[in-house]
Amino acid sequence: MTAAEVKTGIDRPVARPRHDRVRLVLRTLSRSGVFLSGFAIILFWVCCALFGNYLVPYDPLASDIINALVPPSSAHWFGTDQLGRDVFSRVIVGSRDILVVAPAATLLATVIGSALGLCTGYFRGFVDDVVSRLMEAVMAIPGVILALLAIVSLGTSKVAVIVVIGLSFAPNIARTVRSAVMQERELDYVAAAHLRRESAVHVMFVEILPNVIPPILVESTVRLGYAIFAVATLSFIGFGIQPPSPDWGLSISTNYGMINGGFWWTVLFDALAIASVVIAVNLVADGVQGAFNER
Amino acid sequence: MNGNAENVLELDDLSVAYRVGGTDRLVLRNVSLRIGRGEAYGLVGESGCGKSTAALSVVRYLPRNGSVAGGHVRLDGKDIMGLDREELRRVRAEDLSMVYQDPAKALNPSIPIGRQLAEVFEIGGASAKEARSRAYEMLEKVQISDPARVMGGYPHQLSGGMQQRVGIAMALASDPKMLILDEPTTGLDATVEAEVLDLIGHLRREFSISILFISHNLAVVSRVCDRVGVLYAGMLVEEGPTDRVFRNPRHPYTVALLRCLPGGGRRKSSGGLDTIPGFLPGLGAIGEGCAFADRCGLATERCRTERPPLHDLDGQMSRCHFHDRAQSLPHTTRHAPDESREPPAPRRPVLRVQGLNKTYGRDRAGGGVAAVKDLSLELKAGQTLGLVGESGSGKTTFARTLLGLIEPDEGGRIELDGKELAERVGDRSFEQTKSLQIIFQNPDSALNRSHSVRGLIGRALRQLGGLRGAAMDRRLKELAGSVRLTDHHLSVSPRQLSGGLKQRVAIARAFAGDPSVVVCDEPTSALDVSVQAAILNLLVELQSERDVSYIFISHDLGVVRYLSDNVLVLYLGRVMEYGPSEEVFSGPHHPYTEALLSAASDIGDAEDGRIRLEGEIPSAAAPPSGCAFHTRCPRRIGSICDELDPPLKEAQSGHAIRCHIPADELAALQVQRPSTLSRPVSAERRDDNGRP
Ligand code: SF4
Ligand code: SF4
Repeated sequence: MTAAEVKTGIDRPVARPRHDRVRLVLRTLSRSGVFLSGFAIILFWVCCALFGNYLVPYDPLASDIINALVPPSSAHWFGTDQLGRDVFSRVIVGSRDILVVAPAATLLATVIGSALGLCTGYFRGFVDDVVSRLMEAVMAIPGVILALLAIVSLGTSKVAVIVVIGLSFAPNIARTVRSAVMQERELDYVAAAHLRRESAVHVMFVEILPNVIPPILVESTVRLGYAIFAVATLSFIGFGIQPPSPDWGLSISTNYGMINGGFWWTVLFDALAIASVVIAVNLVADGVQGAFNER
Repeated sequence: MNGNAENVLELDDLSVAYRVGGTDRLVLRNVSLRIGRGEAYGLVGESGCGKSTAALSVVRYLPRNGSVAGGHVRLDGKDIMGLDREELRRVRAEDLSMVYQDPAKALNPSIPIGRQLAEVFEIGGASAKEARSRAYEMLEKVQISDPARVMGGYPHQLSGGMQQRVGIAMALASDPKMLILDEPTTGLDATVEAEVLDLIGHLRREFSISILFISHNLAVVSRVCDRVGVLYAGMLVEEGPTDRVFRNPRHPYTVALLRCLPGGGRRKSSGGLDTIPGFLPGLGAIGEGCAFADRCGLATERCRTERPPLHDLDGQMSRCHFHDRAQSLPHTTRHAPDESREPPAPRRPVLRVQGLNKTYGRDRAGGGVAAVKDLSLELKAGQTLGLVGESGSGKTTFARTLLGLIEPDEGGRIELDGKELAERVGDRSFEQTKSLQIIFQNPDSALNRSHSVRGLIGRALRQLGGLRGAAMDRRLKELAGSVRLTDHHLSVSPRQLSGGLKQRVAIARAFAGDPSVVVCDEPTSALDVSVQAAILNLLVELQSERDVSYIFISHDLGVVRYLSDNVLVLYLGRVMEYGPSEEVFSGPHHPYTEALLSAASDIGDAEDGRIRLEGEIPSAAAPPSGCAFHTRCPRRIGSICDELDPPLKEAQSGHAIRCHIPADELAALQVQRPSTLSRPVSAERRDDNGRP
């Protein structure tokens, strides 16, 4: 043991530097079964979305009327739908749209929600009162009605769906961010910033924001699960993703009448696919939350 | 090997290791000590020395990664290490109790106190009714004035001092042989601490219980314990009767530790404080020589190669090759009074506060909580004003009002350099803002954990100093150098630094805009004494270089006396006494100041003749009528005190006291106490909550 080594005593890290903290979070995640299983499922669907076209046995859009409504068999693992399209191929490729629209909507919600949460938590008082009442009003309207209203006025494009879901989820994120900001605001580093005459924007985005990233990440992963569900719901009722996309929600919507005829396979596998993604996202959210708490 | 029956607790060659990053690191090395029946033993040391580990290993409550690497712990001759689960449970329930630093942690927040206490007796076999009455008696024994009310209440309804009394009552309820107190008064105000220590001394005699008292506070240990052991880097480096160890220390570490204290009426003008250079060796990182060798001024080649044994010096033990020379340890700072430091009179006033009030939750009827009441003061360039008072006295509220972080009531006036300051910092001129800065108490809260140290200081230079680019880099280097931060420190996050280094970052930041007044809000209260000494030296140095003025808020009178030119004593937001430091400390004092001084006595002071403040500081929401201090005043003279608020009267020129008793009478009442005032840092980590 050299003298130099001994000298470093208290100097040694008592807490971890930032990139080490990130690494620690990642390491915790990489050991969390919950996170990993969720992550694996999502990774599977992302691969399907990217490369599904090259892997599937049939063209998911090609109809084959002669083979319509064939039950699952070795030729068609998940059977065929009423146009004779291979359900297996469609389910595999069907993740493509939803995996773009839902994350985009969540991202929009996160950006808007974080900004609103920072403002309300930081300014409190009048700003908080006005914005919070507005957000409560938005949250009080049932989601479907809100979506219908908006889409009627915005049209039925994917962009419209992203905007609608983004806006309607923003208040939830804002609420989480706001309460985190209110706690941070009481810390002396904010007072110190005021004593340097920093602008409100600087205090919010440079001083406070980096410290509230963990709750933001957790909340937006949770929201992503809801967003997937919402996108599926909207395409089920005919908004957003349009035919002939093999989208799951859309497929369920076109085929659900078939259940009565006993053609359950036209709907079941799409429904399972949606469920698997929602569950996977929630597993990931649990894992992320756990990793941050551990820190 | 059998334990000596006379010793209630024996640690025999105990070593404890923590597993960190896959390797075992020794945090306690071959510690042997014995505590006899009815004896109080103090284990002192700075943070990281292993004192808490020692306590935890006695009750076998080591953290998951900790293990006993060797040796024995014997309680009443029984080897604790050999007990099975059931026996261990019984020992913990019957023979041994522990009182923690944070009493709230030991109490269940959702169960009434009476119930929790009675439960302990019920476990001991008492009937429900009997248990209740014994609980009542126990609360009386720990001198709680209204046991019935306390029994029905919940822990959070009690103040820290009362909670600690309940904690002690719980610990004593099982009638243990051995009581372990782990920093039981850290976090309490000096006045409350004094009461709790009295109580511990009293109970010790009544129950003839053995005590292991763990503390970083040398003065506290000296007041309670018969014998004391000094731990350094997990080793017992000195041990002996308390009096002998503190009066005649035989290990250089003990000598250095005692020298760090700004006691004995020392003043900044008589030279800097001694510090202990270097750092504590890392966990388990000790070579073959003496663990203290790298920081010891007496170290020789022999010290680096040969581990010193524990020399027995007739009942006092020292783990030093040169124990006979320990006290000749060279000083680390000059002690000669520095003539050039004496202020060239007259000095210009930089800050003037007149009639400042701050009332929280004020309503139209004039109600609300007066956290600061009619405060006036003047601060001259290059001088330090010490602000003292218990928690709840309004110190922090005043500081924040001064800085413009809290808006005061209308009517008061704050002047900086002759110009009136706006109430809110946002309305002040840029010059004014940068001239008035603060060093906060808690650097973890004050330094943004997401930014690097370089970023933190750089931003301040940019904003307050208006510097950019290369000019800023140059200044950053200079500033970092003047608070002794190295390049390595600059590149890390504040969370990676030790408490003392963090506080240096905070100091550098406060000085970025060349302030004329810096408010220091208990900047050293959470630091070890050796680190505190270094920070105080730094503050004094910066002051003499830059002619900056300080408002130094502290509950540690030794520190305040050392640093301050003037002192202001606050009670319930009111100025009780104000004057030049030497006069305030030498007296005549206001009765409240007298009580504070008495509570905060020096190592080795006589115990008799101490003044104790009864009860708690009243709520600022319902301040007492007349003299605000009359509910606790030991010198109260009669109904005039309850009815009439005394004016602030000059005792000597510039020294004012708010009391009905004339100054000369106060002087006569206050038998001159030896002016050796100091208390080692005792972290009052609570916020000064004048807020409702
Ligand atoms: S043994 Fe040497 S280095 Fe250790 S305390 Fe004694 S003189 Fe100092
Ligand atoms: S006025 Fe009376 S109660 Fe107040 S400090 Fe003086 S003696 Fe005590």
